[in-house]
Formats: sequence, C-alpha cells, structure tokens
Amino acid sequence: MPKVYIDGTSIEVENGTTILEACEKIGVEIPTLCYLKHLNPAGSCRLCLVEVKGSRLLQTACTTPCAEGMEVTTMNQNIYNARKLVLELLLANHDDGCFSCPNNGKCDFARYCMDYDIEKSPFPRNKEFPPVDESGEFFTYDASKCILCRRCVRTCAELQCNNTYTLKGRGHETMVGLPFNQLFKTSNCVSCGNCVSVCPTGALSTKSGKKYRDWEIKKTQTTCPYCGVGCQIELHTKGNKVVGVEPLDGPANNNLLCVKGKFAYEFINHKDRLTKPMMRKGGKGSPLEEVSWDEAMSHIAEKMLAIKAESGPDSLAGFASARVTNEANYIFMKMMRAAVGTNNVDHCARLCHASTVAGLATTLGSGAMTNSISEVVDSDVILVSGSNTTETHPVIGAKMRQALLRGAKLIVAEPREIDLAKQAEIFLQIRPGTNVAFFNGMMNVVIEEDLLDKEYVENRTEGFEELKTLISEYTPEKVAEICNINAEDLRKAARLYAKAEKASIFYSMGVTQHSTGTAGVMCTSNLALLCGKIGKYGCGVNPLRGQNNVQGACDVGCLPGDYTAYQKVVNPDARAKFEKAWGVSLPDKPGLTITETIGAIESGDIRCLYVMGENPMLSDPDINHVEHALKKCEFLVVQDIFLTETAELADVVLPAGSYAETDGTFTNTERRVQLVCKAIEPVGDSREDWDIINELMDRLGYKNNFSSSSDILDELAGTSPSYGGYSFERLKKEQPQWPCPNKDHPGTPVLHIGKFSRGERAIFKPSPYIPAAELPDEEYPFVLTTGRVLYQYHTRTMTGKSEGLTNIMGTSFIEINPTDAGKLGIANSDKVKVASRRGEVTVEAHVTDKVAEGILFMPFHYKDGPANKLTNNVIDPIAKIPEYKVCAARLEKF
Amino acid sequence: MTEINIVKDAVKKHGRKRESLMPVLQEIVKQENYLSEERLMEIAKEFDLSSAEVYGVATFYSFLPVKPMGENVIKVCQTIVCDMKGKEAVLDAIKDKLNIVPGQTSADGKFSLMAVNCIGQCSNAPAMLVNDKPYINLTYENVVKIIDEYQS
Repeated sequence: MPKVYIDGTSIEVENGTTILEACEKIGVEIPTLCYLKHLNPAGSCRLCLVEVKGSRLLQTACTTPCAEGMEVTTMNQNIYNARKLVLELLLANHDDGCFSCPNNGKCDFARYCMDYDIEKSPFPRNKEFPPVDESGEFFTYDASKCILCRRCVRTCAELQCNNTYTLKGRGHETMVGLPFNQLFKTSNCVSCGNCVSVCPTGALSTKSGKKYRDWEIKKTQTTCPYCGVGCQIELHTKGNKVVGVEPLDGPANNNLLCVKGKFAYEFINHKDRLTKPMMRKGGKGSPLEEVSWDEAMSHIAEKMLAIKAESGPDSLAGFASARVTNEANYIFMKMMRAAVGTNNVDHCARLCHASTVAGLATTLGSGAMTNSISEVVDSDVILVSGSNTTETHPVIGAKMRQALLRGAKLIVAEPREIDLAKQAEIFLQIRPGTNVAFFNGMMNVVIEEDLLDKEYVENRTEGFEELKTLISEYTPEKVAEICNINAEDLRKAARLYAKAEKASIFYSMGVTQHSTGTAGVMCTSNLALLCGKIGKYGCGVNPLRGQNNVQGACDVGCLPGDYTAYQKVVNPDARAKFEKAWGVSLPDKPGLTITETIGAIESGDIRCLYVMGENPMLSDPDINHVEHALKKCEFLVVQDIFLTETAELADVVLPAGSYAETDGTFTNTERRVQLVCKAIEPVGDSREDWDIINELMDRLGYKNNFSSSSDILDELAGTSPSYGGYSFERLKKEQPQWPCPNKDHPGTPVLHIGKFSRGERAIFKPSPYIPAAELPDEEYPFVLTTGRVLYQYHTRTMTGKSEGLTNIMGTSFIEINPTDAGKLGIANSDKVKVASRRGEVTVEAHVTDKVAEGILFMPFHYKDGPANKLTNNVIDPIAKIPEYKVCAARLEKF
Repeated sequence: MTEINIVKDAVKKHGRKRESLMPVLQEIVKQENYLSEERLMEIAKEFDLSSAEVYGVATFYSFLPVKPMGENVIKVCQTIVCDMKGKEAVLDAIKDKLNIVPGQTSADGKFSLMAVNCIGQCSNAPAMLVNDKPYINLTYENVVKIIDEYQS
C-alpha cells in the first residue's frame, strides 16, 4: 500500500494504482483523452502529463503506477505548457466547424482547448482526410474530427472484441479507419455503437444525435429493455421524446451496449403506439373502436366477473410478461390469484427457460444462473452450448471474447457454426436435439479418464452411482455417431473442461427448447457437479435468460405453480402465508401453463384470457393452432404498447406505458435487481401497467393499498424471502443479486457456496438420450431448427420500429447448406417454400455452410415468414416447454 | 491454386504465431512486390487475427507496400541527415528522368518511388535503395546514371 503525495495531499493506495486513479480518488481532475476506465492504459494522448519529483521528464498519469513516497504535482507552468502544446498539435488538423458538430456542448476536446486558452492552433493544417463514412445505419465517421486517441480502436478490439478499426499509416499520416477501403457497411462492424459512446469528439457520432444538443436533453438512468443482460443505460430525452441512449457503468455491462440497446429506441415514441383504450363495441367481428378508460375498464370487469360467476375462476387465465417490471408482474399475478381466484397465470418463460427452472431447481435447488456475468472474464474454460451468445446476449458475448483475449479456452457445442465457434478451441457441430447425448458423452470421458472431482462428488452430491451406470453407455464413439461429431474432439473437450480450475457452462434455448429440455438442463448440472464446478467463482451453470425481465417474472410468481420466490401453491404453509398477506383464500391446485391454456381455450374450458405484454400469435409454436384458439376465445383482453398480432384479435385493447414511462425494477439473468426509472410522461392516454391492473383489481372487488410501484416492491419484499432486502431506496445505491433476504444482506453473486439451495447436497439426475419427437423422414427430409439474430428481438414489436434494424435485417430467411441447396437447385437469395406437418411459409434462402447438411435454420422473429407456423408444439413432460428447436421440414424453390 | 500457396508456404516457413507476422508479410512482398487486400485477408485468416490488425501493421511500415509497385522500387531516405545533405537533388533527378514524385509509379510501370525514413546510411548521405540495394553519397548526376543502368 504505497503512500503518495498529490499536490501535497497524502493518500494511501493499493499496489498498482496509477497516479491518475489516485488523483481521481481525491478529486483532482487530470485531463485525459485516450484514457477509459475499462481499457488498458495506452498513454498515447500525452494530455495527462504530471510532474513527479525526481523524474527528469513529465510522466503520463494514466500509465505511471504510484510508488512509496512519490510526490506528484498536477499543475504548474511547465505542465500547463506541455498540455497546451499537445492540444495545439491535435487542433492543427482537427476540423474546427464546431457549430455544426453533433458533439457541440459535450466535447471533451473543445473543453480542454478552452481550459488551456487555445483558440487557434499555431501549427499548419496539412492533412487530407477521406470523405465522411455515412454508410452505417446508425452512426457516421468523420476522420477530420478525429484526434487519434484510439478509444474507438481499443474499445472495438479489447472490449467489444470485434476488431473493426485499425490505425492506418504512420507518423503524421496516421489515421483511424477501417482496413483497406472498407466502409462500415462493407466491414465486419456489428453496429454496437460502443465506439461512438467513447469518442471524445464528434468524429464518431450518431445520425440521430445531429438533431439535438447536449444542454437540451434530460438524462435518466434506467435499465435496457432488451435481452436479459440488464445493461444500465442513460435515456436522453428532449421534451417527451427519447432521442438517444448512452451506456452506463452497470455491474453487468461496464459501459458496453449492443446495437439494440444503443439504437433501437424509436419504438418508444413511435406513431403506432397505442394511445387510447379500444373495444369491439358491436361484439366479435366488429371493429376495434376507441373508448374511454372508464368504459373499457368497466366492460372488462363486468365480463370477467360474469365469466367467473358462470364457470368458476379457473375459466379465466392470464399471461404476464417477461418485458414489464417486477411490480407490474407481481400485481398481475396477485390479480389472477387474489381477485380472480385462479392459479392460471403464466408467461413466456414457459417457452424459453421453463426447463431451466424445473431442471436446476431439482438438481441444485434454484433455477437461475449460479454465477455472475462479470465472472466469465476470469473463467479459464467456457463451454457454450445451445446459445449464440454474441447475437442473443451481445454484451455477455463480448465478455466471453474478453476472456479469450486473456487466454481462456472456449468449447462450443452447437448445430450452427456461430461466430463464437470460429474462436473456439474445440467446436462440436452437434445435430439439433442431441444435447443430452453430448453432455452424457462428456461425462463418460470424465468418469472413464478419472477426471472427476471425487471429493466434491462424495461430500456435496448424491446419486453418483446411478449416474455412473447410465453414463457408461455413452461412449465417445456412440455419442459421436448420435451427435455427428468426432469422438476425439469430444474427448478433448471433456478433458479441457474437467481439468480447468475455473470452467463455466453457458447455455440457452438450444438446450431448453426440446421435448427433453429438462433432461438437457439436468445434464449441464450433472457435468458441472461431476467436475466440482458449482458453488465456485468463475464456474457454474449459467442459463442465459432471453428477455429483460424473464427472470423477474418467474421470481415474482407469474408461474401457475409458484407464488413469489418459487414458494409452491401446493405447499399449505406458503398458501397460508399469502392468504394472510392478501386477506383472501387462495386455490390450492396449480394452474395451467401457456401451452395448456391454448388447448383449454380450444376445448372451451378457458373462456377469458388476459394478456399483458405478450404476443403469443408469433412467439408460440404452431401458430395456426394458436390463432384458431385465440379467435375462439370468448373474451380476450390485451394490454400492450402496440397493436400486436395478438392484440388484433382482442375484444378489448388497453394502451400500456413502455419501460421509459414507468418506475419499477427488472431482474437480469444473473439475478440482479435493477431500477427502471420513468424518463417521459406516458404516450397519449396510455397508463403504467401496474396502475391499470391496480384499478382493474379494484373493479373486480379487491382493494390494494398501492400508490406507487415502490409500494408494490415493498409488499413483494415482505412476502418473498429472496427479495426481502430490496426497496427503491436501496436500489438507487446498489443492485444486489438475490437471494438478498434482508436490508443488510449484500446479495449473492455466486450461488451454492458450501451448501446448495436445495440442502446439503445437490443431486445427479441421470438422463438418457431420447431423440427429438419429430425426426426427418422421406416426406420431410430436413431438420429445421429456430433461433434469434442480433438485429431483432423477439416478435419485433420493438425492434421492428427501428428503421436501421429493418434495413440491416428486416426480412425472414432460412439457412441451408450449399450441398443441399445445390441438390435442390437453390441459389443464395432465392425464394423458397418451407413446409412442415403444421404449415408452410415462403422465405429467402441464405446458402451458407454455417449449417450442416440436412439442417435448416430460421429466425423466429418475423411476421412475414413466421418460423412458428412450422414448429412442433410437442412439449417437455416436466416443464411443458415446446420443442422449438427440432422439427422435420421440407423445402423447395418457390 | 498456386496463389493461395504463397501465403500458406510463407506461414509454413515462418510459423503462425503473432511474432511471425512480420516475416510472413515481408515474404509476400518479396514474392509479389506488394500486399494485396486478398493476401492480407488470407494472412489474417492464417494467423487468426482480424484483417484490421494485419492491415494496420502493414500500413505502418514503408517496406510493406499495400499498393502495387513498379518493377523497380526506389526508396529515397527523407530523414534529417539525407535531407540536409541533398535529398532534394536526388528527388529532382528522379523526377526529371522518370516524371514521378514519392508515392507514384512511372507510366511504363518500371519504377515506383517512395520517400522512406532512415535507412542507416547517415554517414554516406544522401542515400537511397533500389530494390533493396543501397546507393550512397548521391548527387543529381550519379542518380541519373543509376537510373540509366536500370533502364537498360
């Protein structure tokens, strides 16, 4: 702990602390242009020069570590002159059209020039610049405004790990740019915009940002509404309009964002937003007409009460939402249970991670990511299976790549050659639906070669003997045949994983969305337990949750068998607790899942469905069937921000406020509860989700005592052990991960340390490989698998409003291997007709060896060419999750 | 197919670790006299580096041209000593003989001219390299002669 003196003030700092960091600690500002907290210091801009007593020359504060007794002077005439010279040299070739610069008002460079009394550079301007690159959808690059700090180059290379930029040339001619004569559009740029966020000048600037000035906007800290990473962002608003997004240094994202988080905010103020309640006044078949809130609400309450009175509470069902806040979900689930009196409440987690919740809860006692996102950077080995992480959870994908830069090794087991596969030490291109066999094969090698953690298995697990018996059947050769991989590669992968000190498993829909999804999940935990890699830093089993608050929607009880924090409705103690808290008697029978509800509407058992912020018309499997059911539903209420495909079928549509118009919390994929803060007033007559449900409950005869969403979180905290320590006040200061049982608890970054959530021991659940329900045959010779793309999100209700994203990837497609395409006479971009036993769609063919022969891949986002017309709604018997990832299909040229 | 082998052969000879990048780039320049976009992409792939990084390295060095060069490449030293001792006369001679300035290639494709940094001949300044062969103590006259030799 060296002690240093900065301008006479003494401070003791950790070893390795730089002078700049020490100055920051005591509030001494040092000007910097190239320095960024999360980058390795470069010392290249020479602006942070300070005087260190005894040194012949001035030193760069950002690269010089503090040493015992060091005496630092941060300002004198010598330092002033040196810094001024640096700025003058930079200004010589810097475009001085500051009036028209989008960075006007927030430019670090301009501010420093002002601080150092510079109006003009004394040096000649003698550099020529290429034209402004405006080819990208979201931002432009003007080299004449670049000051060569290389923040963009380094952020792209070291943090985003995409290496789009380079320094071209040398000396005076040096320029930041793309290699060769590439433009953004023709480069490997993924439009994440992290370079734009770090640019200290207007060289890299957003296209939308050219229309407003920094001093005109209000900044609101909140949580990104896209995937489950939970990036912290600052919403920039001008008047009641969101005009920009900047990343914040949140615990999950550390100043990074992806293209959706950074740029896809157009939906908030989009002209298609629902602004008035609507009703079919003339009954089914009549058009939706705008009505007052009062009319809509009284109609809904009347109908719901009437149906309840006629057919009982279980004839009503509700779909909550993985997009809305914990508070809105809590009150929604409370409405269904306490005001309606049914457990028929579920949400789309059923369609993504129900098998995770079921599988990991059984083996470990908690169905969530066991470790934290930030730990991946420190892992030695990362095993990714069934997750196209760089596209679906881009910031986690970037962190995985950061780990690779530090020397970590990557194993990818995926049906497609995803981007991560290119950087993998071992890439196993497994056949879709063979995850269970793959994991069993890994375990076979681990046991066979005696690589297991015997002490851990003995002291912390049960069921090993059974596992061993089953696993012995899965020899690498047998598994290689099932998965269509190389047995030796499998052996190598198993050795790499088992021998690593810190090895983490990441998985997503590719493991869960199968009729054997729960078995697949249990296999991930079997493997990790076998190698002693749960309950340790940098290890764990990490299911990546797809939506901003899918973790939270599960946590707060939007599941037919669970109250908040996974307290079971069949458990009399839990039920009694909620009966007492809510002052009503509650049903003891678990309700229906999403998939079951659709069937129950079809059979007439469910007469009323209330959908809050979900779009089953695109997201559910076999949508022809879903459409049929929803059309048949006697009374369908949809509460959303847009007139979605589902809302179009509704009897009453209620306009809800978006995440920018509400206060609340989201829980990210690593169990971290973070605040969502209202940045603008509700658009039109829309209302916050919780507020709508609160009034409706009142009309249904149940009075809550909520005057804000903060009150709801307090009630939630009071009834849920793992959420006990949360309140708005606390979350403003820190965002602990659950379990966080009380106000003083620091939260739990790593689960199962020393003891598992389920008890002393975790349990092995050996699972045999069962092939997918529908396999290719003569009639349908291909295996069709589905997934997501970087540039779209879910059913595109939000990303579809972004012009830029639509331009980049606005239409559906199907990936087909060149050999298969050749046989069928299909060329790239040809229109093809794809059919399964459930329906057919026409889409564009992308001929690529990303997919193996016999395999087809389609994204599920699109209304035109919807993949879910084809998918199979056969479900996993335990978790009731549908088998989106495998169905048999055929295709032909259109 | 033989074209692809140039990179593969160079990699075989020098290795594919990061520190072998320079020798491989030099090898390609030796054989093809510049680094085409295609070759840089192939090299990036072989080294598992981004094309941006490989391009950045190549453009840093004047001995690693990324544009096609003439049959003969003249590199005139532009650093202080050569500058003081008469670099301008050298460039004038070349301009008069070949009608090119630094960065250009003669119309017949026979000569390219580059102004480079110190080539280690300060004691014999001004100096230049033609196809990596050093010529020292240059004057307007002997540069004319040297070019005549290459032209014949």
